[in-house]
Amino acid sequence: MVDDESRPVVEATGVAKRFGPTVALADGNLTVLPGETHALVGRNGAGKSTLVGVLTGLLKPDAGEVRFAGRPAPPLGDRVAWRQHVACVYQKPSVVGELSVAENLFLDRQPRGRFGLLSWSRLRRAATDLLEAWSVPVDPATPAKELTVEQRQLVEIAGALSHGARFVILDEPTAQLEARAIARLFDRLADLQRQGVTFLFISHHLPEIYEICQRVTVFRDARHIVTAPVAELDHAKLVEAMIGDARGLVQVGHDRPPVPDEAEPVLTLDAVGVPGFTGPVDLTVGRGEIVGVAGSAASGKRELAEAVVGLRPRTGQVRVAGSTVKPASVPAALRAGIGYLPADRNADGFVPGLSVAENATMTVADRLGPAGMVLPKRRDARGRKAIADLDVHTAGPHQPVGELSGGNAQKVVMARALARDPRVLVLVHPTVGVDVRSKESLLGVVDAETRGGRGALLVSDELEDLRVCDRVVVMVAGRVAAEHRRGWDEAELVAEIEGIGEKHV
Amino acid sequence: MSETLAVGGPEAPPRPPTPTGRPINRLRLARLRDLALVPPIIALLIYGYTLKPDVFLTKSYLVDTVLKYQTELALVVLAEALVLIVGKFDLSLESIVGIAPAVAVFLVVGQTSMLGAPWPTWTVLPVALVFGALIGVFNGLLVVRFKLSAFIVTLAMLIALRGLQLAIVGGATISNLANRIPTIDNLGSLRILTVPLSIWIVVLAFAVGVVVLGYTRFGRSLYAVGGNPDAARAAGIRVERVIWVTFVVAGALAALAGLMLSARLGSVAANQGSGMIFTVFAAAVIGGISLDGGKGSLVGALTGVVLLGLIQNVLTLAQVKPDQIQAVNGLVILVALVLARMTSGKAQD
Repeated sequence: MVDDESRPVVEATGVAKRFGPTVALADGNLTVLPGETHALVGRNGAGKSTLVGVLTGLLKPDAGEVRFAGRPAPPLGDRVAWRQHVACVYQKPSVVGELSVAENLFLDRQPRGRFGLLSWSRLRRAATDLLEAWSVPVDPATPAKELTVEQRQLVEIAGALSHGARFVILDEPTAQLEARAIARLFDRLADLQRQGVTFLFISHHLPEIYEICQRVTVFRDARHIVTAPVAELDHAKLVEAMIGDARGLVQVGHDRPPVPDEAEPVLTLDAVGVPGFTGPVDLTVGRGEIVGVAGSAASGKRELAEAVVGLRPRTGQVRVAGSTVKPASVPAALRAGIGYLPADRNADGFVPGLSVAENATMTVADRLGPAGMVLPKRRDARGRKAIADLDVHTAGPHQPVGELSGGNAQKVVMARALARDPRVLVLVHPTVGVDVRSKESLLGVVDAETRGGRGALLVSDELEDLRVCDRVVVMVAGRVAAEHRRGWDEAELVAEIEGIGEKHV
Repeated sequence: MSETLAVGGPEAPPRPPTPTGRPINRLRLARLRDLALVPPIIALLIYGYTLKPDVFLTKSYLVDTVLKYQTELALVVLAEALVLIVGKFDLSLESIVGIAPAVAVFLVVGQTSMLGAPWPTWTVLPVALVFGALIGVFNGLLVVRFKLSAFIVTLAMLIALRGLQLAIVGGATISNLANRIPTIDNLGSLRILTVPLSIWIVVLAFAVGVVVLGYTRFGRSLYAVGGNPDAARAAGIRVERVIWVTFVVAGALAALAGLMLSARLGSVAANQGSGMIFTVFAAAVIGGISLDGGKGSLVGALTGVVLLGLIQNVLTLAQVKPDQIQAVNGLVILVALVLARMTSGKAQD
């Protein structure tokens, strides 16, 4: 590879791709130099995923060219050749959960022993060697489904490198990781970079780009906009390139009126405990108040929220506007006036095959007609209102939600949460995996909706989400460890989330 | 904030919907998928006509020789379609087709004094329906409460019920029912406006099914549960109850189908319904019901039934030898599946 030293690892020029009437990519250009970590950013639907599909040989471009180290890309069917050039670690696992790590690493190329039969001992040794070579601290005998997200990503990277590729695409690798795991991942990436691995790093978290990337490429509206060293493109310019107008992003919630101490409570948690996850937690959300709940993945904050909305059994008492809510029943929580936005929209946020209108009205199916009837006219009217209110970019109320981009699908889930006109919203990771503009718009909805007298419980570890909150409580190991009014100190909050700043309580 | 200021307050007037062309196209497309089987049905009608031009396209032939023999299948397909849409399987339906009428008839005319038999003849219909429903309750119990795989639970039920039926009927056939039980007589021979009662029942059942699936909370929740049970649960749908009710309704529908079959034949054979489930799945899948749940329509399923019925009839007319007809039938079903897959695009994943 010495003679390729100066040549770009990958060079895509004028790549175009259409899906039926939709132009997914009009002018895709990307040059990644050897040894760098290159960021690829853009809003949902900017063409990033399509470009990745083309770069990995899974999509055939309608026009344009891809070159690896100066040579044309192999033919589309030749997967082995592609894998020697490039690999992609997706957000969704691409390992077989029931098989061991070792088998996953050598799937369909297992070392053989006597009589040409598969040799388990060689397989184990090869896997151990491979994992050690790239310092991945995982036992090759572990079933893949037991890996953490972090481990799974490292195993997939090691697998990619074992095929000979020294160029790895990471598609939002940090989306499901908590702060400490992200730090560890970045350390590992830096190590690998020193060993000569080139990365294309896709993320919606702009600070991460400044942390680990040397150059950044911005896509917008299916086109390449700019490529520059990160040092030459400050945060404002980067956002401008992504959203395409000079109007920067608004800090949502900076002008929220203060919530009076005597604000009447809309949601009261009285010694609410989730067996196996949290101890008894007391918490109150007042009228017009957004209460943020921060904490690591092990803090039990998500489980607490799921218990409040009736998805998990719990102890203690939950009251909405004074009246007690029956535990472990979602319908009861809905009737009491709790609107819920789940943590992972793909898992339990929406039904992909059903339409926007149907998903948005799923919580109010009883109000769409008499005697259990659902009148399509009424459903569509409500669907159209939700589309307008939440600015969902969709072909109409009949489009299946599975066809929408992440940000727009999340707006539909938000519409579902708001549909019953709830007294209090319980939102878990409301902006995970959505682009900057959708994030602004979703948080704007939470802000606007709570000004009218609703309350909101916003469970998140995104600082941007928490900044909208009037009050933030930090959970550590199943109990509330700290509480802050608006204007908290970022470093202090992060330290508390990590469980090292409890002295501030 | 200009983008978000307009958002949501209850007093904000809804913006007028922006007119777009695509939703209408989409709706048309959805309808088209339902009707994907109409061209092959027409082709078969034309082919049948060329085989027997004097009678094939007459009403009496189509009703009494083609459709009448598909009524039981149609009802079981309806039942299976509901279960498939909610994301489960029910193989035991074919055994219910046999055992529900067997039990009901046995209690009326059987050589037994169990449970105070003989029961009055009018009990045949309610007993069959309740028995079918009870099997649905039991299937639901195992699938919902004990979280067992629906496929394997209902497979075991299929075998167990088949055995139970053998024990009841005793390897023989309970026959000459029409003379002994008025309900059976009516089901088998009553005509309304010259069309057999069984066809009216199927039409009514599908009409009710279409309305329930398309225009009621319960019907829509079948699609939500089949499409993504976790999302349905988070939206307040009682997922377990929906699945359970679907099993019960499917059981009752299969029992009704069984009674209609007994009525048409005038008897309950020991192997009544045996092997039917394969045709049921074939018809449902050809008709666009997804085995993965959450997808498909009853109109589509009905066209699947009609298509299979026509195929069988046309094969007989084309003088395929009886010992070959099953092999040819299987092949034709495969071809129909491939064709349906191609004409309806991605809809049949």
